[in-house]
Amino acid sequence: MVTRNVVAASALRVQEVRKSFAVPDAPGTMRLVLDSISFSVAAAELVSLIGPSGCGKSTLLRLIAGLDFPDAGKLLVGEEKILGPKAERGLVFQDPNLFPWLTVRRNIEAGLVARGVLQEKRTEVDEFMRLVGLEAFANSYPHHLSGGMAQRVALARALINHPKVLLLDEPLGALDAFTRMRMQDEVLRLWENRRTTMLLVTHDIDEAIYMSDRILIITPAPGRIDRKIDIELMRPRDRTSESFLRLRSEILEHLDLAGKTTANASA
Amino acid sequence: MKPVAGTNAVGLTNNQSTLSWLMQLAVPVATLIAFGVHLLFAKNAPPLETHSYILLFWEILGVSIVLAIAQTFWAGLRQWMRHMWPIFTAAILLLGVWDAITLGFHLLPLPYFPGPAAVLRSLISDRALLLDSTWHSLVLLLSGYTLGVIVGLISGVCIGWSSSVRYWGMPLLKVVGPIPATAWIPFSMVVAPSAIVSAAGLIALAVWFPVTMLTASGVSNTRASYLDVARTLGAGRAYLIFRVAIPAAVPNIFIGLFMGLGASFLTLVVAETVGVKSGLGWYVSWAQGWAEYGKVFAALVIMAAFFSTIMTLLFKLRDRVLVWQKGMIKW
Repeated sequence: MVTRNVVAASALRVQEVRKSFAVPDAPGTMRLVLDSISFSVAAAELVSLIGPSGCGKSTLLRLIAGLDFPDAGKLLVGEEKILGPKAERGLVFQDPNLFPWLTVRRNIEAGLVARGVLQEKRTEVDEFMRLVGLEAFANSYPHHLSGGMAQRVALARALINHPKVLLLDEPLGALDAFTRMRMQDEVLRLWENRRTTMLLVTHDIDEAIYMSDRILIITPAPGRIDRKIDIELMRPRDRTSESFLRLRSEILEHLDLAGKTTANASA
Repeated sequence: MKPVAGTNAVGLTNNQSTLSWLMQLAVPVATLIAFGVHLLFAKNAPPLETHSYILLFWEILGVSIVLAIAQTFWAGLRQWMRHMWPIFTAAILLLGVWDAITLGFHLLPLPYFPGPAAVLRSLISDRALLLDSTWHSLVLLLSGYTLGVIVGLISGVCIGWSSSVRYWGMPLLKVVGPIPATAWIPFSMVVAPSAIVSAAGLIALAVWFPVTMLTASGVSNTRASYLDVARTLGAGRAYLIFRVAIPAAVPNIFIGLFMGLGASFLTLVVAETVGVKSGLGWYVSWAQGWAEYGKVFAALVIMAAFFSTIMTLLFKLRDRVLVWQKGMIKW
């Protein structure tokens, strides 16, 4: 029942997607990276993809961004097929990838310039700089920014296009633990403020539980969706609450990472 | 270039309110020493030749004393002097050494190696022709360099961006590019309508190769993630080329511009020596023909000032354009 409602209002649908890559060391052979991946994300939903590295999470995100194409299956935003990159699907990487030759302000403007709408939307630049709290750094160059600040610019740069879906590829992965937790709240604030649909790739289980409405666990070689977990904790969430920790150990056990007891059990 | 805060070239601390006596006296004393050396040996030279050189000594002496007084109440000047004085002192002493070697002990054969006084006199007496030659060299250099840079940037971006242009263009570039531009002289003199046009074309060719090479490598090595980000922001091809690939290539492009500038100096002088009937290169070979080696040296002095000024301007331009790199890379 719930699933049907979600599909009806879904912003993003991934249906039976397969993707393989040529193996560089062995010419002629292909490695299956994603195998029959299907899921959908409702409008304004925040969904996390978690799984060990090499499970194809980033590949999946690149397919949705339109930077790569699947071997089989369908990818849809609303009713529209994904045929290439488009401003309606923003992408933020682990490395903020700010253009180092542009100031903070010009980086945030980049999407407007690229779409040729800077003239009419100039006022939004100030709005987004305020939104991520970087007015004071408008004229700084990216190499003067700390990791957290740079990632905030990257978020503002992606959000200024009002994307239907924001794809986040381990956006907080390079930050220290304290900055990381602060940035999780920051992303949540942006999400609540803009009601943007977000798809977050992470390998931090706490981050996934803390932030998402739903978690999709992907197992590697080839990447498959192994499990979908709805997170029904009240927001703002308490990282130390009992239900949080229970979810955490449930996921860890599922990934065979819980430690001694499960290791012994599986052995 | 700037002195490290707190110390300077000779290791003295900067927090004094005046220069040390050693520093204040360095230039005047060096001037007096060089002056003395000159007077000692000048009797070997015609007095007419030494007149303006002696005048120059008086001027340096006067200016250095005035500056030594002025620096006591002008901190900016003091800072500058602290940095520049050791090198000035060395330069003036070097003039004395030059005088001793040439005029004094005749260690180098005359007339090929005149003393500083003779060079200065040539510089002054032939200033009109030298100025005119410098002007002609400047016009020729700039027209050839500009042409080479424009063509080089266009071909570099095309080769760097498009794989099909790279397939056809790169072999040509690799085969033709390394030929020194001056090797084309016999050919260019036949093809071009005039020696000036031929020289400008050769300079352009010399500049074109490194600019194309470095631009192409800069553009084709643009970080893929910058392009990916731009595409997800809605960028089309024009944005990707002109606002991502080219800005990303600018540090590389400047290396090409510097290499091209060096090649253009060389080509300019050779072209002026063999074909063009004006400019500093022509002046050198003309003066040599008359065995006026004072004039040859005078032209070399002008060339040194001329070329290093242009080089400095390019450095300044780079610092301005690449301001976003400041602190990221040590020059």
